[in-house]
Amino acid sequence: MSAQAFAKAFGAFAVVSLTAGAAFAAGDMGAAAKQPINPTAIAMFVAFVGATLGITYWAAKRTKSASDFYTAGGGISGFQNGLAIAGDYMSAATLLGLSSLVYLTGFDGMAYTVSFFVGWPIILFLMAERLRNLGRFTFADIASYRLDQSKVRTFAALGSLTVVICYLIVQMVGAGQLIKLLFGLDYAVAVVLVGVLMVIYVTFGGMIATTWVQIIKACLMLGGGFLLLFLTLAHFGFSLESVFAKATEAHKNGVKILGPGALLADPVSTVSMSLGLVFGTAALPHIMMRFFTVPNAKEARKSVFVASGLIGAFFLVVCILGVAAISIVGSNPQYFEGGQVGGKLIGGNNMPIMHLAQAMGGDMLLGFMSAVAFATILAVVAGLALAGASSIAHDLYARVIRKGQATEAEEMRVSKLSSLFLGVVGVGLGILFEKQNVAFLVGLTFGIAASANFPVLILSMYWKGLTTKGALLGGLTGLLSAVGFVVLSKTVWVAVIGFDKPIFPYEHPALFSMTLAFLVTIVVSKLDASAQAKREIAAYDDQYVRSQTGIGAAAASAH
Amino acid sequence: MTDPVYERVRANPKFKELTRKRGRLAIVLSLIVLVGYYALMMAVAFAPDTLRQPLAEGSMISIGFPIAAVVIVVSWLLTGVYSYFANGEFEDLNNQIVEESGQ
Repeated sequence: MSAQAFAKAFGAFAVVSLTAGAAFAAGDMGAAAKQPINPTAIAMFVAFVGATLGITYWAAKRTKSASDFYTAGGGISGFQNGLAIAGDYMSAATLLGLSSLVYLTGFDGMAYTVSFFVGWPIILFLMAERLRNLGRFTFADIASYRLDQSKVRTFAALGSLTVVICYLIVQMVGAGQLIKLLFGLDYAVAVVLVGVLMVIYVTFGGMIATTWVQIIKACLMLGGGFLLLFLTLAHFGFSLESVFAKATEAHKNGVKILGPGALLADPVSTVSMSLGLVFGTAALPHIMMRFFTVPNAKEARKSVFVASGLIGAFFLVVCILGVAAISIVGSNPQYFEGGQVGGKLIGGNNMPIMHLAQAMGGDMLLGFMSAVAFATILAVVAGLALAGASSIAHDLYARVIRKGQATEAEEMRVSKLSSLFLGVVGVGLGILFEKQNVAFLVGLTFGIAASANFPVLILSMYWKGLTTKGALLGGLTGLLSAVGFVVLSKTVWVAVIGFDKPIFPYEHPALFSMTLAFLVTIVVSKLDASAQAKREIAAYDDQYVRSQTGIGAAAASAH
Repeated sequence: MTDPVYERVRANPKFKELTRKRGRLAIVLSLIVLVGYYALMMAVAFAPDTLRQPLAEGSMISIGFPIAAVVIVVSWLLTGVYSYFANGEFEDLNNQIVEESGQ
């Protein structure tokens, strides 16, 4: 199971593959020899798993109600939640993918990193307080505040579960490959291990455990990143000037890496990509869920301020490390297959930051960073599983199937069974997709979130005229067109199915599918003259007051 | 069918003041972030050479890198600005509204 599959799968999983017209096809990401087993990595990892299982035990005793399970009872502080959001967002894709993008392309990687960041302030300005004031457990709570419960929740659950499962597969495949490479475990064993831990965290510890796993991981990741930055800058005599000078000497493109290259040259692709990233991020179910874990809008705002500060700082660190790796890793034969500088990097093109860690801090630091990467995947899949389980148990089971008649105990039992089910599905698909190129799933995840979930969510919060019919037809249009465009694009039509030329010329559907979703939603809502539509429009005024002031929200979450 | 509590809030001039002021701040800050970010991305697409210029005479750092970093840092500072007002002045106003709603 070759390294090539690793490279493909992991390349897909990393953000690298999200880029428009990325110059590096998954195929040439480098063949990898299995790394020698690193005792520090294993010790660190075992310590992490032990600590998080301890926390899960502690959290299990505190998880009594559905509200504890889904949202930690709304008892997470703004600062803690900020750390947890940062943890959710600083995935292994960020650590490995963004740094390798800078390592490979220089400035283009930095510009891409900015695109990955800029959604956060927008989430704060336009969404955070309304999300908190209107939502309780899932984003469907917001959309169904004044629209038809059953229909809107069914649609929202469909959108959420599609996103969760696509992202889960991507994480599982990446995890299996990464663990195989760094820890020398068999792929299937690694995937099962991730699945089992994920189910344990979620089923027993619910949101309390998931949040603390995320917080610990965020601290480890920030600590590791800053330590590596310090060691690296010390190596260059604390001169950024010298970091850049050495990088341009070592990179095969020389001074060209200091300016824009081919990656973002096409404005249509770039805009489509950035829309997907910015608004897809804002509508990822496991990210939105975080806004329901704080007690009020004030703490929600504080958490975005903390989260975006940490994410921004970490992204800048990652960019500097990427540039530094160009000279340190890129000119050292030790990190290339067969010792050929400029050839294939050992472990594939996502490994520069790992090699940099080895170069700056030896096997100790490499082991630490490996464990951090693995911890990251565990934390992210736990968040995904919890988001998926709340969609199934809260939206589908309790509200649609049982019409609100289910007891809290029944709902919690279903949510635990759902997380077990998602664990089995995740492991199964993870193993099934082992040798597949899953690049398209990343585009699909963000594309669907931006095109199906986001328009319904934002219009239900901001537009009085939205009706159930409009939301359903518009949301479905977004969902189907995003899937359709991705299937017709290069990542599936050419890379998976094997046609010569893509029918849809861009890799990112958001510009088109999101616009289509908004158009259909607005037109259908406008044409909807039913009595139900009139009631829904009339109910906006009360929703508006609650979304602005939080009156009524406190009562809902104490329920 | 409208709730009398919400009815009272809507009639409160402070509610109009809150939504107007906070809404305006949110829109202005969003525009600053989006205009700044898309200006950078358009420079990448249409005027790449401007971003390749050295930061200073003889420097190996191009101005593109610090500009991109500034977009991140300023966007973050603006989340601080929003939180400062929304959690300070506007939150006080909000609390008064909630109190006066008689809930």
